[in-house]
Amino acid sequence: MLKTRLIPILLLKNGRMVKTIQFDKLRDVGHPVKAAMVYDAQNVDELIFLDITATEENRSTFFDVIQQVTEESFMPFTAGGGLRTVDDIRALLNAGADKVTLNTEAVRRPEFITEAADRFGNQCIVVSIDARRVGYKKYEVYINRGREATGLNPAAWAQQAVLHGAGEIMITSIDHEGTMEGFDLELIQQVTSAVAVPVIAHGGAGTPEHFVEAVRDAGAHAVAAASIFHFTDQNPIKARAHMKRAGLDVRR
Amino acid sequence: MITVVDYGMGNLRSVYNALNLLGAEVCVSDKPEDILSADRLVLPGVGAFGRAMDNLRQRGLISVLNEKVLHQKTPILAICLGMQLLAEEGYEHGHFEGLGWIRGTVRHFELNQLPVPHVGWNEIMMRAERPLFKGLASSNREFYFVHSYHLTTDDQSIIAATADYGYEFVCAVHHENIFGTQFHPEKSQNNGLTLLRNFMQWEVQPALC
Repeated sequence: MLKTRLIPILLLKNGRMVKTIQFDKLRDVGHPVKAAMVYDAQNVDELIFLDITATEENRSTFFDVIQQVTEESFMPFTAGGGLRTVDDIRALLNAGADKVTLNTEAVRRPEFITEAADRFGNQCIVVSIDARRVGYKKYEVYINRGREATGLNPAAWAQQAVLHGAGEIMITSIDHEGTMEGFDLELIQQVTSAVAVPVIAHGGAGTPEHFVEAVRDAGAHAVAAASIFHFTDQNPIKARAHMKRAGLDVRR
Repeated sequence: MITVVDYGMGNLRSVYNALNLLGAEVCVSDKPEDILSADRLVLPGVGAFGRAMDNLRQRGLISVLNEKVLHQKTPILAICLGMQLLAEEGYEHGHFEGLGWIRGTVRHFELNQLPVPHVGWNEIMMRAERPLFKGLASSNREFYFVHSYHLTTDDQSIIAATADYGYEFVCAVHHENIFGTQFHPEKSQNNGLTLLRNFMQWEVQPALC
């Protein structure tokens, strides 16, 4: 059977690895290539690289990182951040990424998802959705790294994204991101029950039990995290062992 | 020399990097002369079946590949979409003819409960000892998959391995000098490198008849 994926996220800015709390309070957490090599040695299932570099001139550092990592590591890589054109996607795939994440531009121009899926196949296109809680069991999609409200409901937007050709959805809780207090299970549940593509849950993991909850209680097909690996003594091997003991099917 | 056939379908860098790391002399090319002079071929690919066949046709590569694979019996490893193209036909956004080197049809996953695409690590179940599976630990045969379509065939003799996703589907085929994997060895860490190393050393036995 298919294994539940545990996916470390590497957030990059100007070629350095950083970490935020609720998309704010940015901290430097080291060198991304070295971190990726450590994750590779731990046989992680996949890595996600997200670039939040603001200026175009500094974007090449992101490509350098991807290229360096893919020269020596033979595992699945997903990369994204600020992609606006089919050419942007092609450049990342040529640098060695297998899948890309689309976010802000997909909301502004949903046909971008279709253009990308037609060209590269929908298995290659992950639509990443950032959401904030706005009321009891109510959520709203934010774009532009949490700065701009859209009025969209995450589950409804996820359905639209899949109709446009998304092969996978990543759902991030802005409220929980970086807090390490656990996933927003209600948000994840709303998205997993709305679509028939794999859903990656992200935002809030602080213990391996949080991963179990996201899969067992909210239906996530994969779980992604960063802080737990940066700031605790947890690593993907230990976390997978915990998930296995909890009855989830994970890689050995 | 191993030639990775470049026909505009997806990420070739990983296959190149992996073979290169293993010490192979590799070239990535869409030129008929590089294909004709190769000792081994890799046919990678992600994307849609119809476009892939169009791209091979437009580059004039189909007759070259037929000559190398069917007549000269050059070992070829076909990966993911590449493996699907080995079949006679595919039903991805229409009906398209494949290379037809093995019996089979490529169809969409028909699942009610499980999400499609099938993305992630899954265990493969070997049908018989095959040269490219040599050295894989029996306790760990996990490989990385990412696909929505899979090959179906009534020719049991070519099924090298299957995997389970809602039902059992063919994930590797082997016929004479042709080996195909639905999973991505170049993305499957140590298991993948083992398979690629086996491919580099694969001596195809002439068919007995």
